Amino acid sequence: MAVVTSAVGAEGKSIPRTEVTRARKPRFTPKRLILHTFLTIIALAWVFPIAWAVLNSFRDYGYTSIHGYVSFGGWTLQNYSTAWSQADFTRHFLNSVYITAPAVALTLFLSSCVAFVISRFSFKFNIVLLGLFTAANLLPQQSLLIPLFRMFRSIPLPLWMSDSGTMLDSFWGLILVNTAFQTGFCTFVLSNYMKTLPRELYEAAEVDGASVWRQFWQLTLPLCRPPLAALATLEITWIYNEFFWATVLLQSGNKFPVTSSLNNLRGEFFTDLNLVAAGSVIVAVPTLVIFFLLQKQFVSGLTLGANKG
Amino acid sequence: MSQDYPLVAAQTMIHAPAEELKLRRRGRGRRGLHGADRIVVLLMVAIPTFLVLALVWFPAVSTVLLSFTSWNGIGGLGTIKWVGTTNYVNVFTNYPPFTPAIEHNLLWLVCLFVLATPLGMFLAVLLDKEIKGSRIYQTALYMPVVLSLALVGFIWQLFYSYDQGLLNAVLGTHIDWYGDSNVNIWAVLVASSWRQVGYVMLLYLAGLKGVDPTLREAAAVDGSGETSTFFRIIFPVMRPINVIVFVITVIESLRAFDLVWVVNKGRNGLELISALVTQNIVGEASRIGFGSALATIMLVIALVFITIYLATVLREEK
Repeated sequence: MAVVTSAVGAEGKSIPRTEVTRARKPRFTPKRLILHTFLTIIALAWVFPIAWAVLNSFRDYGYTSIHGYVSFGGWTLQNYSTAWSQADFTRHFLNSVYITAPAVALTLFLSSCVAFVISRFSFKFNIVLLGLFTAANLLPQQSLLIPLFRMFRSIPLPLWMSDSGTMLDSFWGLILVNTAFQTGFCTFVLSNYMKTLPRELYEAAEVDGASVWRQFWQLTLPLCRPPLAALATLEITWIYNEFFWATVLLQSGNKFPVTSSLNNLRGEFFTDLNLVAAGSVIVAVPTLVIFFLLQKQFVSGLTLGANKG
Repeated sequence: MSQDYPLVAAQTMIHAPAEELKLRRRGRGRRGLHGADRIVVLLMVAIPTFLVLALVWFPAVSTVLLSFTSWNGIGGLGTIKWVGTTNYVNVFTNYPPFTPAIEHNLLWLVCLFVLATPLGMFLAVLLDKEIKGSRIYQTALYMPVVLSLALVGFIWQLFYSYDQGLLNAVLGTHIDWYGDSNVNIWAVLVASSWRQVGYVMLLYLAGLKGVDPTLREAAAVDGSGETSTFFRIIFPVMRPINVIVFVITVIESLRAFDLVWVVNKGRNGLELISALVTQNIVGEASRIGFGSALATIMLVIALVFITIYLATVLREEK
């Protein structure tokens, strides 16, 4: 009661809120029960495809082919070792790292640069620039394929950089394309965040004679840790999951990152769905681990872009 | 309006007179930067811009130009022949997979709109209430969002497979869900919606958190029911989120590719424009001009919706 009365003077609006929320919050009502039942069913249904894959990845093909999939038993770990060696996952995971790590680092660095300039200075072309970057992120990749493919094929790279001798079929090309595509989204999110930083900070730095680069590197970037963490989480997942560019720009199967190598597994695993399940789980594990460890970052990254903070 | 901001900030600074501040503010333009600072700022913008122009916008423009030409893609640029709108005429009149592809893309769009989006929004509304275990429900629902669509195709194969799939075992049917051209588009759409629902829910949850709670309270005081409050007050207030979800849905339906490519490379009932473009370039045929015409059609549709998106998010900027 004391809380409510004290609130009267300060903010008249907050009274109905406490009353309404309190009135709406009885613990056990039939309505709540229905709500929870409904949500539980939906949640279980949503988890089921993943759970089914996990379950069957531990089952022996011989057992399930005799007893059918709607059965219980035939537990084994064999699928994992078979899938791992048949699909050459060691190689493909390394490829994914070689592509994802530099691409994410480069994306975050370049987009921080642009975002800093856009938010710090009031140039006339700021809006145009932001539009140019953001729109690039939404273009259909397939519509850029032909010229990019040709461009990459005619850009030579020394053999120590790419054994194909060109940007095509090399990690370099793929890293750059991923970076160019993702920079738009990150620039948008980061510039929104940087605009919320108080201007007085920069004024103090200017008085101290700090150069623009020092303001960016030592002042802005450390303050941008939350959005950078969120974006890093998101971009690692996205670039790890990227399928199209890797499929079309890499031509040697042994260079494929994990996600694109899935396509190669199809033929090899054709007859044994339990192997497919094990392979799928192996591929899903890194993103699921990131998701569970960094769920907060992941969610805030996704919604930062849509819901401007 | 936005010019007011520095003046507000100025009032918090006691010593600086307004005129001096104005000068300093103008000084933040390019003219006020000197020497090294100027070069640094230039590089900070120029390098990323060059990358995006060279790898996104230049190819986009080239695609449009190439769509009016005939080229096998192997010979040098000199072998490109200008053919006017021939490629477009061929796309519309002389290319059997085009009509199904357009139909499938539209079906994709309708499906995400009619099934995934409302379900995601509905779940967001339910989960936005203060209920026990809301986090657990949320986690379960958006777990599929972190998986790639290519992987989603594989995971659902365990349901859809003809001889080993769960669906046929449970339903007693004999359908090749991924292979039968009558049903495979629906099979793929279910898998795609499974992933999309969590994404939409996430966006709307964020949107709902941003709605001023007093609006809801005012409506409750006026005796408005929950449903009518949502549709009459909350939903219209979330306009920016609605636009973003709308545009994302359109763009995702247009770009849909991974899922059908892992199933059968976009043939036999799973034709999509994106897959047709890829087939024409990566495949044996290598019909560059023709593929570019298809790609340009995609590009134009995308640009219409990207413009809507930019108009919404950049307007808020001010």
